[in-house]
This record gives sequence, C-alpha cells and structure tokens, in this order.
Amino acid sequence: MRVPYFPGCTLHSKAAGFDASARAAALALDIHLDELPYWTCCGATFSMAADSAMGLVAPTRILASAKDAGKLLTLCSFCYNTLKRTNKVIATDAERRRKVTTFIEEDYQGTVKIVHLLEILRDDLGFDALARKVVTPLKGLKVAPYYGCLLLRPADEMGFDDPERPTILEKFLASLGCEVVEFPHRTECCGSFVVVGAPDTARECSGRIVDAAAVAGAEVMVVSCPLCQYNLDRAQHDPANGGRAKAKVPVLYFSQLLAIALGCEPSCLHFESHAVDPRPRLSAWLEAPAPAPAA
Amino acid sequence: MAAETVQFYLMGKPHAVPKGLTIQKAMEYAGFRQLRGCGCRGGFCGACGTVYRTAGDYKLKVGLACQTVVEDQMYLALIPFFPAVKANYSIEDLPPTAETIISLYPEVLRCVGCNSCRKVCPQEIEVMRYIAAAQRGDIARVANLSFDCLMCGLCASRCPAEIVQYNVAILARRLYSRHIAKPAVHLAARVEEIERGGCDADLASMMAATDADLKRMYAARVIEPEEL
Repeated sequence: MRVPYFPGCTLHSKAAGFDASARAAALALDIHLDELPYWTCCGATFSMAADSAMGLVAPTRILASAKDAGKLLTLCSFCYNTLKRTNKVIATDAERRRKVTTFIEEDYQGTVKIVHLLEILRDDLGFDALARKVVTPLKGLKVAPYYGCLLLRPADEMGFDDPERPTILEKFLASLGCEVVEFPHRTECCGSFVVVGAPDTARECSGRIVDAAAVAGAEVMVVSCPLCQYNLDRAQHDPANGGRAKAKVPVLYFSQLLAIALGCEPSCLHFESHAVDPRPRLSAWLEAPAPAPAA
Repeated sequence: MAAETVQFYLMGKPHAVPKGLTIQKAMEYAGFRQLRGCGCRGGFCGACGTVYRTAGDYKLKVGLACQTVVEDQMYLALIPFFPAVKANYSIEDLPPTAETIISLYPEVLRCVGCNSCRKVCPQEIEVMRYIAAAQRGDIARVANLSFDCLMCGLCASRCPAEIVQYNVAILARRLYSRHIAKPAVHLAARVEEIERGGCDADLASMMAATDADLKRMYAARVIEPEEL
C-alpha cells in the first residue's frame, strides 16, 4: 500500500525518531509512506475564529496537494487535528471553501481522507494481522498508553475513538505482546503549548500524568504526539530545572515500540534524544537477535 | 512610417513609447534618468523589481524592468528598495540548524502559508516552500530552492508576516556553504598556489602586456579548464 504522507515540521526536526520509526515500521508492513514533495507548516492549531480564513489557507493547500490520491497520512496529533478539522470546514462550509480555494487558486472540495497510522493498522491491516507480523514480541513490558487531547477531541470531528474510553492504543499494544497498564489520566491534557508561557503549570499537568502511570505500574508510556512526548519526558528530566515528576518513566512514540516489535533497524529509534533514556528498560528487546530474512 | 507606439502609465501618468522596449528603456525614452532602481541592466542584480497591472486583469504582475517588455495599457511602479531587517552574525560561529535561523529571524515562524511571496517573485522561486524548509531547519533545501534569488525584495514587500525572505535565504546559503557543503578541493589548491606565488609571473607578464596582447589573451583564455 502507498499512502501520501505529511510529516509536519516537528517530525522533521525534534521528533525525528517518531518519523523514522514510523516509516521503518510501516515499510515492514508493506505500507509505503510517500512524503508530499512540497509542504508547509499546517498552522499547528486549528483556528476557531469563524470569520477568519487565514488559518485555513496553509492546511487547505496541503490537503489539496493530496487530492489526487484522496488520502493523506499524518502522525502528529496537532497536524492530524488541524488537517482534519480544516477539511471538514472545506467540505461543509461553501462560503469559506469558496473564499479559501479561490485565494489559493486550487479546486478543492474537501475530498481527502486524513488518516493516522494507528487507523491504518486497525482498519486496513487489522490488529490480529499485525500480531502475526510481530517478530520480537514485547512480552512482559508494562506500557501505559497516553492519548492526550487532540487525537480524540472534538470527538464528532475527529471520529478517531471514544473520547472518554478510547481503546485503539490498548489494542495496538496488546497486538505487540505488551502488558497494557490502565491508569486514570490517559486522556488528560499534558499542558500542551502552555509550556512555552507558563512552564510550571504545564509541568504540573505532565508530572501528575507521569506519576499516575508510574503508580499504576507502567515501565514505559506511549504517545502519538511530539508535544505530549516533550512535556511528559521533560517533566522528568531534571528537578532542578523545574521537572516535577517523581518517577522516571521513559516516554515513547507508539511507532518506536512498533518498530522494535517488527524487528526494524534500531537506528530508526533515535532514543538518544529522549530526556529519560528508554534503552535500559528495553535492552532485552533491543538486543534481541535480528530475525532471519524471509526466504 | 512612424514606429508603432504603446502607452504605459508610470505612477499614474501616461507615456507613449515605441513598441518593443523594456520597461527600463521605455522609462528612459519617456525622459526619466534612473539613478536608483537601475543596476546591471542584464537581469542579474535585482535592483529594478517592478510591479504592474494590465488592463482588465486584477492580477498583480511583476518583472525586472530591464528584462520585461513594456505593454500597451501597462500600469507600473518600480520598487527599487524595500526596508528590510538584516541580522549581523559571524557565520563561523553558527550551527546550521532551525534554531539558528529562528533566533536570528524569529518572524519566519509567523508565515501563514499565503504564498504571496511566490506570486510576486520575478525569478519564480518557490519562496514559501523555502521558508517552510527554514522553519524546520532543512538548510540544504532552503539553499537549493533559493539559489536563483536576486534579492530584489519584492517578496518582503508583500509578506503579511513581515518576513524578509531573501535575508533568511542568504543566511541559509551561507550556512550551507560554510558548514554543510563539502569543501571545494580545487579552491583550496588554487589559494595555496596563489599564496606560494604561483601566479606572480603570469600577473607580472600581464601588467607588462600591451592592450592588443591583453585582448588576444582575453579572447584565447580557457574558461573552466577540464583539469587542474
């Protein structure tokens, strides 16, 4: 399967491990992520001002560039949220569609389906089929899935999973052989971009989440958002720098665990950029012998 | 027979000039003496960025005055200069990263992706795309996409985010050539040759040559020899 892919700025810089592990893991599943030849920042936050079209311009141009394929895959929760909500405006609001598409000089009707890799694994491949493709089962690894906000909400627009009781990450982790750790904070806000203006407030949010996951027995956490990863990871980094979490729980992108389970080259993981190094806890699987190449 | 004429408007005032002139020559024909907004006259220096509209079309069009042929009913204005911010830096000390660009030109993050810069570029450079690459620290891509920039400044004149794109681009090209591109071995060899006086004899003979000899040497010179 070939899918047009919009990495977003963060996956091209700070979250290079998210990008590289997702590409490698997808390839191992015969899913080719074809990066759009040209793309800009999506705007990162969906503009909710109904009388302004400016925030729709960049994401609509990105969507229009994928219209021939009819599908666009993205991984970052901010990009996913922004592209999906923009697409809904373009598809349903004729006045704003006319304004924006005449401005960018593209005929685009909101026809592209925005998909997340987790959705492809669930809906196109299926978690049972994924489980059969695992070469390094992560047996015994206790993982707390963390969703954050933007993947799930607003639920009627995202249509990703139940916003109160989501299950997609749990089912994904189970298919890799992990032991899923339930904890009560999986859909709470990590502090998001408040970390820029009021870092203490954000650290308190993320610290609470990490502590709760640790109390529930998590050895690692998984996320699907570079900013969640940054906040949860950095909250534990250094108490002297305002990090407040008591625990030291490595925070991984779901795609990093997927890449390990599928036997991808460890160079795609980029664990060296994590504040809390996941390698000690994952050594049993990282040092697993590489699977024999398929005949 | 009188030459066919066209009428163009310079800052609102009509002027009739012979058909086929460039905007620059048409202005001179109409009596303007250009001190600024006129440099190389060959399409390379970027001093004569011009905006214009034609009858019955809302589109703003652009061109270099020295390269664009004047049309009948063309309304135009030269924009020889546009105020710009320019960071001071020592390229040796700067790592080739997104953080470098953003710390010197934080306004690049204000780009909303309107593409006005691309539409107004007389060189048809993908300005918005290189600003997107600058935001994510893809220095090589900025350098590559912006390579044909003449720094005429029209992009900056239209940017709603007040970015001075061409100064961001030249920063990226400097970062690329200083820190990313492989050093040119032939350049180092030539500098070494000059420093040890390897060109002194040739220079001395040229200094002593007659004009006729110089012309002959110039005509016979080898440009980009195959081997060094």
